[in-house]
Amino acid sequence: MGKPLDPNARASETRSMLLNVGPQHPAMHGIVRIITELDGETVINAEVEIGYLHRAFEKMCEQGPYNNAIPYTDRLNYVSPLINNIGYCLAVERLFDIQTTERCQYIRVIMSEISRITDHLTCIGASAMELGAFTVFLYMIKAREFLYELIENVTGARLTISYARIGGLKSDLPEGFEPKLLAAIVETRKILKEVEGLLNTNRIFIDRVKDVGVISKEDALAYGITGPFLRSTGVDYDVRKVHPYLVYDRLDFDVPVGEHGDNLDRYYVRMEEMFQSMLIIEQCLKQMPKGSVMVDTAGKVIPAAMMVDEAKIGHTRGLKDVKVEADPTLEGTGKTFRSVYATEKNVALPAKEDTYGNIEGLMNHFKLVMHGHGVRPPKGEAYFPVEGANGELGFYVISDNSDRPYRVRVRPPCFPIVAALPKLIIGEGVADIVPTFGSVNMIGGELDH
Amino acid sequence: MLFDFIIKAILAAFFLGGVLNLAGLLTWVERKQSAVMQDRIGANRARIEFKSWFLAPINWVLAPLNALGLFHSLADAAKMFLKEDFMPKGADKFLHTAAPVISVVFALLAFSAIPFGNVLYLKNHAINLQIADINAGILFVFAMMSLGVYGVILAGFASNSNYAYLGGMRAASQMLSYEITMGISIMGIVLHYGTMNLQDIVRHQSTHWGFMVQPLAFLLFMTAALAETKRVPFDLPEGESEVIGYFVEYSGMKFGMFFLTDLVETVLVACLVTTFFFGGWQVPFLAPDGFHMPWGAFYLVPSKLIAVLGILSFMFKVAFFNWLFMAIRWTLPRFRYDQLMHLGWKILFPLSLLNTLITSIIVVLRK
Repeated sequence: MGKPLDPNARASETRSMLLNVGPQHPAMHGIVRIITELDGETVINAEVEIGYLHRAFEKMCEQGPYNNAIPYTDRLNYVSPLINNIGYCLAVERLFDIQTTERCQYIRVIMSEISRITDHLTCIGASAMELGAFTVFLYMIKAREFLYELIENVTGARLTISYARIGGLKSDLPEGFEPKLLAAIVETRKILKEVEGLLNTNRIFIDRVKDVGVISKEDALAYGITGPFLRSTGVDYDVRKVHPYLVYDRLDFDVPVGEHGDNLDRYYVRMEEMFQSMLIIEQCLKQMPKGSVMVDTAGKVIPAAMMVDEAKIGHTRGLKDVKVEADPTLEGTGKTFRSVYATEKNVALPAKEDTYGNIEGLMNHFKLVMHGHGVRPPKGEAYFPVEGANGELGFYVISDNSDRPYRVRVRPPCFPIVAALPKLIIGEGVADIVPTFGSVNMIGGELDH
Repeated sequence: MLFDFIIKAILAAFFLGGVLNLAGLLTWVERKQSAVMQDRIGANRARIEFKSWFLAPINWVLAPLNALGLFHSLADAAKMFLKEDFMPKGADKFLHTAAPVISVVFALLAFSAIPFGNVLYLKNHAINLQIADINAGILFVFAMMSLGVYGVILAGFASNSNYAYLGGMRAASQMLSYEITMGISIMGIVLHYGTMNLQDIVRHQSTHWGFMVQPLAFLLFMTAALAETKRVPFDLPEGESEVIGYFVEYSGMKFGMFFLTDLVETVLVACLVTTFFFGGWQVPFLAPDGFHMPWGAFYLVPSKLIAVLGILSFMFKVAFFNWLFMAIRWTLPRFRYDQLMHLGWKILFPLSLLNTLITSIIVVLRK
């Protein structure tokens, strides 16, 4: 204002404006920052800064035994933690070259697909909310709540689930889980139909997401993008189909593929994937074998104290798979634990009934959890990709035959997408940053690994 | 002279008090209605309860209000007043403070030209139920609404924040472009009724309400007016997930005033739509002497009751439009800046011109 006028200056001068979007921006969740240069409302330059949620996940994994890394994996993608759990365990199991029981594999698939649905629900809901459609968000969260209740039912927690174990799962599905799951699927389908009614024919929504945040097939591949983001461009790469793991090769499902690689296609792909996931769950429930429980002593449920007494006089073999009425604080009470655990004693923890009930179980448990013993995979390295909700989630584990991983590397699916984010938003308006960012479904936990 | 002054003061107190209370209530309606739409319970935590046993009867009365969460408006107000009044470094102190005041004052002033009832006869006085009987009432209302834009722009510019600046810019361009559509769409009504006096416009609608003779103008006006209220789907100046809004640097009651302005403007728009297109205080089949039913029946109604019925009818219509705007606000996503401009300038504006043209031709041909 106070500057003297420069006679040589042009009548008006145009300068671009630097705008920091995040980390305190409401849409950036405090975990990412996009530095944008604006010409009016058009983004002419953008840079993404990550690392606000860095917890040194990979380094932490090297500090403890193999099983201790499982809780860390919960915090990678905190919207679908079960997939991370399972992915890590599968990688370690590949090091050992062991197979889990069939029932365990089916349960892992079911839990992965439930997680995929919760992840997509959150992603679409949040994107819609950021476009101003708050009602859609709450509908989606309502659906997610049904599924979270199931997850809580199975694992005991909503988010920090730590359900998978190397060689198996923490426990079998609880009683009466199947009807609850089927009811939740019915509800979720209903809500998804409602949301489709709200969005699919909504002119404002379609206009906001169509041809926004476009990425070409070639670019997406060059950046190493996977998952729904890549499929929206027309590449039908899905780890579940291309490198089937668990029992995905026995299941019949489609991989939805988009065409344009814009936000609208990503929305469609995610919506359709949820329906496919529900089909997968239904098939799994049909195919899943009942847990094979080897009962020697007439299949009675006996109190834990009696089991100890029996074990003392040497009747351990027959007692191994008997249901025990243990103290309610002991996990695995009355669960058919063996059906979801591999039989390798050097990998899989024994059932809690055994740990507390007989000396062999106790010894086995001791050998696996104590410092310097533990799970010891043979020397070697293994990479195991699973289809996470955002794309290919890979764990690369190197073993030096000690009880701790020499190195754990995670390939978070949203990392390459965030790398490509500037490409997506340059040239678009300020208003398009947030929906595009929402369709990336950036999860800070796995991004800053 | 003094008597007229007192009458006007009472009318103003009655009407503005009603508007402010309705705006306060709308904060509750917004929560509760959105909750109903989204399968939630909604506001139900703010409660007033007395501990003493002898005040128990009052508690019984308060209990249903507590359960409804009606005291959330009060809690909101208390919160707003008790919050720290924060001003960012480098902000223009005077303009930063003036902006919310400008917003809310002009929004409230616009109400003075709106008739909320017909003439009320008390003894030998004829009281026109309108605060200011302005000849060119429409122009007054539009002038006030336009002046309200200044508050928003100043808030954006005085905050020394890039986000607020973007919000202010958006608000300026959005409100300016939609004001034009709004003004021209209402030309149809003006041409048809041949007056700019709002009371006269309402009187002309005794048999056919405005939306029957000017359906296109009604849709155009409602859309443009919704854009004026800066609420979803036109909440670009606010755009909480994009630019957060022109009031991002406001806290406490200054923010509260912007918030209030939004709701007051919602009420204002509801009042305008009612006045122009839904017969204002007109009650169906009610003439100045009583109900003339289309099947020939006639019920005599005393004139004072007619005035009261008129006010009630006006209130009901305003409440209905408030409800409708809330439902729209919680259903639709937000426009993008270019789409908004596209809609405003390339669709609504030509249509409003067309509407004016057709109306003029018809008016001329009729003569």
